[in-house]
Amino acid sequence: MTDGPPDSGLSSPDALSAFLRRRSEQIAQRWADLPLFQAVFTVTRDEAVEASHAVVASLADVAAGGRLDDLEAAGFLPVRRQLIAMSGSRSRSGLSLAQVDREFGALRDAVLDMLPLDQAGQDERGGDDLRLPLATLFGTLRVVVVETMLQENQEVVLRQRQQLLEMTTPVIKLWDRLVAVPLIGMLDSARSQVVMENLLEAIVEHNATVAILDITGVPTVDSLVAQHLMKTVASARLMGAECVISGIRPAIAQTIVQLGLDLGHVTTRATLADALEWAMDQRGRRDRDPRPLG
Amino acid sequence: MTNPSSIPVLDLGGLLLVSIQGELPDDAAVALQEDVTNAVASTGSRGLIIDISALEMVDSFLARVLAEVAASSRLLAARTVLVGMRPAVAITLVELGLTLPGLDTARTVTEAAAGFGVSIARTGGREEWGA
Repeated sequence: MTDGPPDSGLSSPDALSAFLRRRSEQIAQRWADLPLFQAVFTVTRDEAVEASHAVVASLADVAAGGRLDDLEAAGFLPVRRQLIAMSGSRSRSGLSLAQVDREFGALRDAVLDMLPLDQAGQDERGGDDLRLPLATLFGTLRVVVVETMLQENQEVVLRQRQQLLEMTTPVIKLWDRLVAVPLIGMLDSARSQVVMENLLEAIVEHNATVAILDITGVPTVDSLVAQHLMKTVASARLMGAECVISGIRPAIAQTIVQLGLDLGHVTTRATLADALEWAMDQRGRRDRDPRPLG
Repeated sequence: MTNPSSIPVLDLGGLLLVSIQGELPDDAAVALQEDVTNAVASTGSRGLIIDISALEMVDSFLARVLAEVAASSRLLAARTVLVGMRPAVAITLVELGLTLPGLDTARTVTEAAAGFGVSIARTGGREEWGA
């Protein structure tokens, strides 16, 4: 850290870097009082100051590297995790992306305010030639913040989707050669595929003659979902198992009719209990009433 | 019977059993269709069980052959039950739109026989094997 006046021979990124390093302590103190750092580091102010120092240092590194507008600049790497933590903490407390972005924007203003003080008496222009690179640098910082937030969200979405797929479909053996699948949540193509495969595997495993598809937990049935259900029923039938769809709520029944969906020869029941009764009846009939030869 | 399919058609006392082991080329499928129809006619069977549990793939041609076997057997007063289809085969057929509406299906040969009123009693072995 140099305490002397900025060398007139320095290019503006270097001058900016020198300025940031020189004023690191004051900047950190100012930032620590901003709502962003205050809200994130609630325990002690020292923590906020320390975090501010880290950010200032990495900005100085980026400036020294001369690539003010490069999102991939190596200088951002050390603070990326911290930026994620900070932006994550802010968005968790209910702030929108724009609000978080604005809070990070306030960091720049705090530094800009300091520029005339720093340059007073050394440079008659009051550090005007530093304003533009400074604005560029903080613009990049904001983009990095927004980018990390979006990336974070994307990862959450992916993780949840995977969890949803995994918890989708337990196939339950209800009785000897009787299996059931309680479906929960929206069915899309990927999920229905998993449901279908799991059910068919379970039919083989348990030698099931009857399978119950319970859609009590499915919020809406559109033509795509209906098509998936029909395919599952048809596949199960090809394998020698009868399928019944249960848990059709009145609203869903009306939707199905209004959409003009033809559930064809699929057996349907209102509740799982009704379906179970049907299934037991079906088994009884098979045993009681075979269609004899000749 | 010009070209025997080499797949035996077993007569279990009025109930015919065909077990397809391994992939079936198109000409063998056609020969099998002929064999089975002849067997149904000559034995006067009322029931036909076709076991495809060994097949890992059923193409649209074989599916059509099976449907035709069932249809012509019905003309000869025999009911056809398709047995032991694998999940992957079922999914493929449904995706192809071949749901074989005219065919009866069952999980196991024992069950299909029970559907004809023929009970194949367990004479040993473990419960889970074939049920």
